[in-house]
This record gives sequence, C-alpha cells and structure tokens, in this order.
Amino acid sequence: MATQFKIDGLKAAIEGKDILKGINLEIKGGEVHAIMGPNGTGKSTLASALMGHPKYEVTDGEVILDGENLLEMGVDERARAGLFLGMQYPSEISGVTNSDFLRSAINARREEGKEISLIKFIRQMEGKMKELEMNPEFAHRYLNEGFSGGEKKRNEILQMMMLDPKIVVLDEIDSGLDIDALKIVANGVNAMRSEDRGFLIITHYQRLLNYIKPDFVHVMMQGRIVKSGGPELAERLENEGYDWVKDELGIVDETVGQV
Amino acid sequence: MSTQLSTPVNRQTVSALSQSKGEPAWLEELRIKGAELAETLEWPTPEKVRISRWNLAAIGNHTSQTRISSVSELPSSASELAAGAQAGLVVQRNSTSVHSQLSAELAAKGVIFTDLETAAREHGDLVQKYLFQVVPQDENKLTALQSAIWNGGVFLYVPKNVEIELPLQALFYSDDAGAVFAPRVLLVAENHSRVTYVDNVVSEHGEGAESLAKQSIVEVIVKPGAHVRYATVHHMSANVIDLTVRRAVVENDGIIEWVIGDLHDGHTMSDTQSLLKGKGANSDAKVISIGTNSQQMSLTTGAVHFGRNTESSMVTRAVMKDQATAIINGITKIEKGATKSNGVQAEKVLMLSPKARGDANPILLIDEDDVKAGHAASVGQVNPEQVYYLMSRGISKKDAERLIIHGFLAPVVSEIPIDAVKEQLQRLLERKLEG
Repeated sequence: MATQFKIDGLKAAIEGKDILKGINLEIKGGEVHAIMGPNGTGKSTLASALMGHPKYEVTDGEVILDGENLLEMGVDERARAGLFLGMQYPSEISGVTNSDFLRSAINARREEGKEISLIKFIRQMEGKMKELEMNPEFAHRYLNEGFSGGEKKRNEILQMMMLDPKIVVLDEIDSGLDIDALKIVANGVNAMRSEDRGFLIITHYQRLLNYIKPDFVHVMMQGRIVKSGGPELAERLENEGYDWVKDELGIVDETVGQV
Repeated sequence: MSTQLSTPVNRQTVSALSQSKGEPAWLEELRIKGAELAETLEWPTPEKVRISRWNLAAIGNHTSQTRISSVSELPSSASELAAGAQAGLVVQRNSTSVHSQLSAELAAKGVIFTDLETAAREHGDLVQKYLFQVVPQDENKLTALQSAIWNGGVFLYVPKNVEIELPLQALFYSDDAGAVFAPRVLLVAENHSRVTYVDNVVSEHGEGAESLAKQSIVEVIVKPGAHVRYATVHHMSANVIDLTVRRAVVENDGIIEWVIGDLHDGHTMSDTQSLLKGKGANSDAKVISIGTNSQQMSLTTGAVHFGRNTESSMVTRAVMKDQATAIINGITKIEKGATKSNGVQAEKVLMLSPKARGDANPILLIDEDDVKAGHAASVGQVNPEQVYYLMSRGISKKDAERLIIHGFLAPVVSEIPIDAVKEQLQRLLERKLEG
C-alpha cells in the first residue's frame, strides 16, 4: 500500500502562544509537497510539531501516517513509524561518532538479535556518503561537531538515506548551502523519490525547487496554509514575492506569534 | 591524636609491625617517625569536602595472607583483572603482598618489579634513596599515618635507557574489611627509560561489611628524558573510603601521563599532582569519575611548573547520579622562572539527578609573566535538544541519554593508551551508569 499521510486541523502552541492555527495537508507516497512562506509564519513550527519537539504543544488536530496517529506517539516512535525530519539546526553531540549514532538509529528499528552487521552497515554508509560527496572521515567524526552548515545538511540527508523513511520533512534544508552543495543535497533527495515515500519540503527560497521539482506548492501565512497550487506557484513567488498573495487575501501582517 | 584509630598506631606498634616483617632498621625508624608525626598533624582539608567527618579511623588491623603461586588461586572477580599480565604482575591481598612475577627478559635488563616490602629488604639502597621523597611524611596526618602503616605495595625500577613495551600490572585486592589496606607505590624511571604501569584497586566485602579507610600513596620519579604512563582504576565497594595521593616529580624533558578512573562506590579523596621540576618536563592527566548514591568525592589534579618550557594538561570528566557529590579541583601553578610554560585544564561535570552536586573549580596560580595558561570548566545536564535530536532518528530516550553520557566521557576514555584498561573502564562505566 502506498504511503498515506494526513495532517488534519493541526493546531500548536509554544509557551502558550498559538502558532499553528489549523493545518490541513494530505501527502501520498510519490508526491513532493513544498511549503513556502516568509519568516515567522509557522513553517518550522509545523516541522517541529510533527516530529514532537517537547517545546511545542499540540492543542488540536490529528496527524495520521498509514492509519496510525503520530500525535499519540513519542518522538522516537514517530521516527520508527516512518517519519523523518531533516532539521534546520541539527544538534552537535560530542563523543558520539556519526557512525555509532547511525548504527544505533538503524538498530532501533530492528529487533534485538537482528541488528545490522557491522560490515553491511559500513558498506551502506560508505556508499551513501560517496553519493553525497562527503569525506569518508565524517563517519568517525563526532556527530555534527565542528561541521560547517553545509556539512550538517549533507549529514541530515545521509541519515535520511540510511533510515529509509516513509515521510520526509525537510526544514530549510537549503539554508546555508552554496549552489554545489544544494545540487548534491537535491540529488540525494531525488534519488530517494519513490512511490512509497512522500516529501514535505519547507523553504522560503524557490531556488531549491529548481532542483527538486515539487508536485504541489503551499504558501503559509499566519499559521495556516493560505494558498496551494502547482510548481508554477513557486515560480510566481520567486518572481513577484509574497505581496500579491497578501493583497489577494487581505493579509497585512503575515507573521504569527511574533513579539 | 583526636581520632581513635581502629588499631593503635604508635612507636611500639609500628616498631613491632616493622620487625615482624623483617624490615631494615632505617625503615623501622621511618615508620616510627610517621606514627609520631601522625599524632600531631591534621587530616588534609580539600576544598568544600570535610573528609574529617568520614570514618577515617577505620584503618583495620594488620593481617597476613598466604602467598599464591598463580593468580588463578584468587577469586575469579580478582583474577580476571590480572589476566594477560605478560610482562609482570604484583598482587596484594588485604595487608599482604601475595604474588609477584616479572618476565625473565625484563629482569635480565635490570628492571625491578616487586612489592615494596620485599624491595625494601632486597634493594634497600634504592628504596631508601627515594621513599617519602616525593610525598613527604610530614605533610599531613594522612601522609604521616600512611608512611607508618603502609603494606604490600609496588616497587618498580626501570634502569637507564630500558624501554618496556608491555604494561606492568598490579592488583590491589581487599576481601577482608577488617584488614589494613594501605598499598604504597614507588616508581623510579631512570634517564630515557620508558614504562607503562597499570593497577586495579578493588574490593569484595559483601553486604553489610564494616567501614574501611584505605590509604594509598603513589610516588613517581621521572628522570631526564624518561616517559612514564600510569593508569589506575579504583572500584571498591561503598563501605570503603578511598584516600589516595599520587605525585610525580618530572625532571628535564621527562613525561608523565596519568590515566585515572575513579569509579569507586564509596567516599573518595583522590589527589594527583605532577611537579614539573626540570626544563621541558611534561604532564598529561586524564580523570574520569562517576558518582552514585550518596558518595562524596574530592577529585583534585594539579601541576606545578618549576622548569622552563614545561607543559601540563589536565582533563577531568565526571558524571553525577543520585545524591552524589563531587568537588573537582584543577590547580595549575606556574612558579617564577618557569618561562615559556603552558598549563591547560578542563573540568566538566554532567549532572544526571537534581539531587546530585558537582562543582568544578579551576585554579590558576601564576607567578611568571612569560607563560600560557588556559582553563575551562562546566557543570551541566543532559541537553534536551540533543535527546530530541537522537530520538527523532528513532533512538529511545534511554539509549539517547546513554549515548550522550558515553559521548561525554569519550574524549577521556578514547585516549586511554592501553586497550585492556579501556575495555575494563567501559565495563565499569556501564555498570555504574546502569546500576
């Protein structure tokens, strides 16, 4: 069965401030959705609320992945159910090597006694790192510690490739990337496109969408999806900015929860 | 003396002790001197830990143990710690040295590796020359008392230009909480020699055992150009109070490396210091510790720079659980005249419980202008963002925290030069963290 992912009436708050005001979105396996919007409109909150970041409180709604309500699960269970979030600011963890971390993550999906063999793991990891043009040494470096912005993002994509998720959310994966790195990251994502995997790509630049062609584009303002369309919507946003959307919808301040 | 020791320590008792061991007269005199000093001196007073409130009087009684011809005669928990000692092994059980062995090859090169009591009888000139020279008897009640009652121990002498590849090992094992347990280690590395020494300090006392205050003192003399690696792992049961002083004197271009695993379950005073006397002398100290239950710990590393171009590095990482307390001191002292010296230190504490306490106190005392010195200290908890990140990849909360804690200790553990020690430390870390 192809992946079915449905966000239904999702509302979320941080420190008592409502940020998401009711998000509805359906993603099927094989589809790439892009969420665009200016800063401060709730895009990253959506990503964090889906993953279950402890600072965000979901106040209403449902998120269903293949019949299971993700919101009833812990962060680790959501990941094991098939959700992956490529983060805008991945944590640095000293003393834990990239490869030990990834092997733990893979084995967390396997039963005890059926852990991935070291040789198989290393072969897989080396292969994927090569695709992403990562220095093999990064396998033995401490997780994200001292990585440049671009290296961190590549490392997020490496994790995505190794973990084989059903729904991939990429939060501003293009920020801090030069054009070469952007292409590599995009190639990594494109290589992962398949009938049983859906993508939700959050960005405020259209640039990334030149390399990852979305099927659907959504504009987010004031904690809601205010406009949806095809790839042509992204192009118009790139050329004309967001003001025409605001005019069309009578929005003065597009942000949400700002002080 | 204010505290009533569990066994009397005075001129008569230590003289009798010395004679019962058949020690030379000079040593008997030194023991008597120690006993008399102990009557007037005070216990050491490390920062913020009142060790005088601990049951320091419970030093036990002098007992005697029969010698063994092979480590397989020890209980398995002890014998496996001594397994694989190819170059040399010294074993102390309670108050007595029970075994010592050194490869014929090293013996032929003039290496001496035996218990300190035997060495005092058989190599009296050498022992007399160095004993109590690095840690003087009259420093405080601990150094005085230990110099009076010490037993078993190790004497390691490495002649000039002799380089020893494999580690020499010692096992200090206590399975009688009523027996004096006071090993003393004296290590002399002559010019341009090289040696790695590893010891384990363990106890097996069973439930409800009485208190035992274990005193040990380590003296290391690193002669010009010599290189000594000293690795030690302490993991005794909660009824044991571990009082340990380790000190090295490092001469021109000598190197001392300390690797210390304070994984003991009871109260601990652990004080490790390098005196960089010669020019170009170098010291590197790495300490890891895990505090559990209601244990109190005072962990001090120190480096005193006397010589020009001397370098010291000290790293301590401690994980505190339950209601454990650790006061961690790093003391870098650079004396006038120690130009172009460099001393760096970092103490980091990871708190796993709101009831635990961990203080990191970096202290720099610098009397010379033309030097470099640096310090870093931090006390923190497991970062929830890091836990979230690991969990977002499917790793359970428990495993995420375990990865982060091991990661915190990794910079020290991964640097441990001896694989066997590293593996053993990992096992103990696992045990103390899970327990």
